[in-house]
Amino acid sequence: MSARVNPLGRAAYHMIGTVLALTFIAPLVWAFLSSLKPAAEARLPPLPPWPTGSVTVENYVALDGYGVGFWSHASNSVIVSIGTVVLTVIISVLGGYGFSRFRFPFKSVFFIMIISTIMIPFQSILTPLFLILSKAGLQNSLFGLVLIYVTLQLPFSIFMMRNAFDAVPIEIEEAARVDGASVFTVLTRVMLPLVAPGIVTVAIFAFLAAWNEFLAALIFLTDQEKYTLPVLIVAVRSGRYGSVDWGAVQSGVTVMMIPCVILFLLLQRYYVRGLTAGAVK
Amino acid sequence: MSQADLAVKTRRRMGSQRRREMAGLLFVLPAMALVLVFFLIPLCMTVWMSFHNWPLMGAPKWTGLDNYAAMLKDRRFWGAMEFTIWYSIVATIAIFGVAFPLALFVERPGRTTAIYRTAFFLPVVVGFGSASLLWAWFMNVDSGLFSPAAVAMGLTDEPVNLMATTDGVFWSIMVLVVWKTAGFSMILLMTGLQSVPHDIIEAAHIDGANRFQRFWRIKLPLMRRTLALALILSVAGSMLAFDQFYIISNGGPRNSTLTAVYWIFSQSFVSFKLGYGAALSMVLLVILVIISIAQLWLLRSPTGDAK
Repeated sequence: MSARVNPLGRAAYHMIGTVLALTFIAPLVWAFLSSLKPAAEARLPPLPPWPTGSVTVENYVALDGYGVGFWSHASNSVIVSIGTVVLTVIISVLGGYGFSRFRFPFKSVFFIMIISTIMIPFQSILTPLFLILSKAGLQNSLFGLVLIYVTLQLPFSIFMMRNAFDAVPIEIEEAARVDGASVFTVLTRVMLPLVAPGIVTVAIFAFLAAWNEFLAALIFLTDQEKYTLPVLIVAVRSGRYGSVDWGAVQSGVTVMMIPCVILFLLLQRYYVRGLTAGAVK
Repeated sequence: MSQADLAVKTRRRMGSQRRREMAGLLFVLPAMALVLVFFLIPLCMTVWMSFHNWPLMGAPKWTGLDNYAAMLKDRRFWGAMEFTIWYSIVATIAIFGVAFPLALFVERPGRTTAIYRTAFFLPVVVGFGSASLLWAWFMNVDSGLFSPAAVAMGLTDEPVNLMATTDGVFWSIMVLVVWKTAGFSMILLMTGLQSVPHDIIEAAHIDGANRFQRFWRIKLPLMRRTLALALILSVAGSMLAFDQFYIISNGGPRNSTLTAVYWIFSQSFVSFKLGYGAALSMVLLVILVIISIAQLWLLRSPTGDAK
């Protein structure tokens, strides 16, 4: 409070803030700048982090030499992430609407069942998941991975979407129904635009979770050509012929984090809303 | 209106009510199906599998409590458990130690403050995989940052191989985890701080409570629920640590940084002892649920709901 009145306190506040902010961002910037160095320079300690000679994409070219080529793995990651986003949004919109606006037997039991799965770590059900996926022929399949990611997103997403629908006044819906609109039309034409912010929140969380997930991808994808980016880049880091190409690792890390950073900077408001929804409830 | 007319009307209304019930069920069906197939059934299967010798190929064999008996003698599992608990305690203290001051720092409104908030939060959205790879590079003795920077600044004469010692790995990963997750706890705690009604703070101010008292005696008790949430998320997250240890240290040196999930992973998917892995999972699950309940109980509000 006093900082706003006292100019000295205010200057100190912003000095500390700036130093802290730079400290938190530095590791990300370090990786990005170092990834632009020539391969030989990328092997040396990153002091300074920026390329001292020329700026190159050598490290990115080197990254392409791993696995079955960078673009295949990048597209695996994109397919898995977009697939997770689309399915999570559809299923949680339907589910959230159902839980918010309808009465049916066992409603609260079902709701608690879905929400309470968040208490149980998915790491403890990996072994049976592995068997179920194999039985269903979905082992080593990107679609199988998507189904698991969607399931993991559901407790949060259903909770978010039910609250979003709860916040829409019932009169709006009733007016549409009196006008003769079917249940489905009411949902898609009337309700969807009103819960759009909730959908954005659910979509960001689903994307970041799927894009960054490592353990399930490591276990359930056994063919190299199916690897998503995290699995690929961990393989890059394990090295070839006993040596690690740190330049390729830096470019891999950069590629991995850029979509997350951009998405967050653009849609920060929705992301933070998702976080705080659970905190104040 | 005749009796018959009324009956038809009632039946029709009941019909439409039934239809609405069916519609509601259909809406939640996809979600229920996924949770059933990919969560509840696997959960029950974990219990079932834990009583079997369950190889990857071939028929599983019922072995009763053998897996649990074997676990008692599994030194490496208890070593991993002990390490994981120790790691979770240190990580939670470290994260709160950084996140609470940050929350107080960014609590006030203002455009510049919003920029600081964004900066502190940014590492959260980068995946644990990417962050761990970044750290693996930083920790490398020849091509990395930490050791060469320490030498350049004259902090040490000899290069320090952080990967070679348990302490080196442990504390480097601790810095990583604090950097990566403090922003998350910060936002939760900030929300908690902001949710304390302003008039209560004002009243305390008028009654002569100083800044420290207002924080310690008023705000902190009133944000108990948020504290509980942040604490549970931090402890549960740490107890399930895997990515950073798998990617950075491979559990080394000499298995000294093996975590519980890492050991379950290697028993289940490297040695393919699926039944034993399930039994280990059960133990981890029970420990986690107990810890979560204990924390909720410790931070329960004495006078009912704080909010």
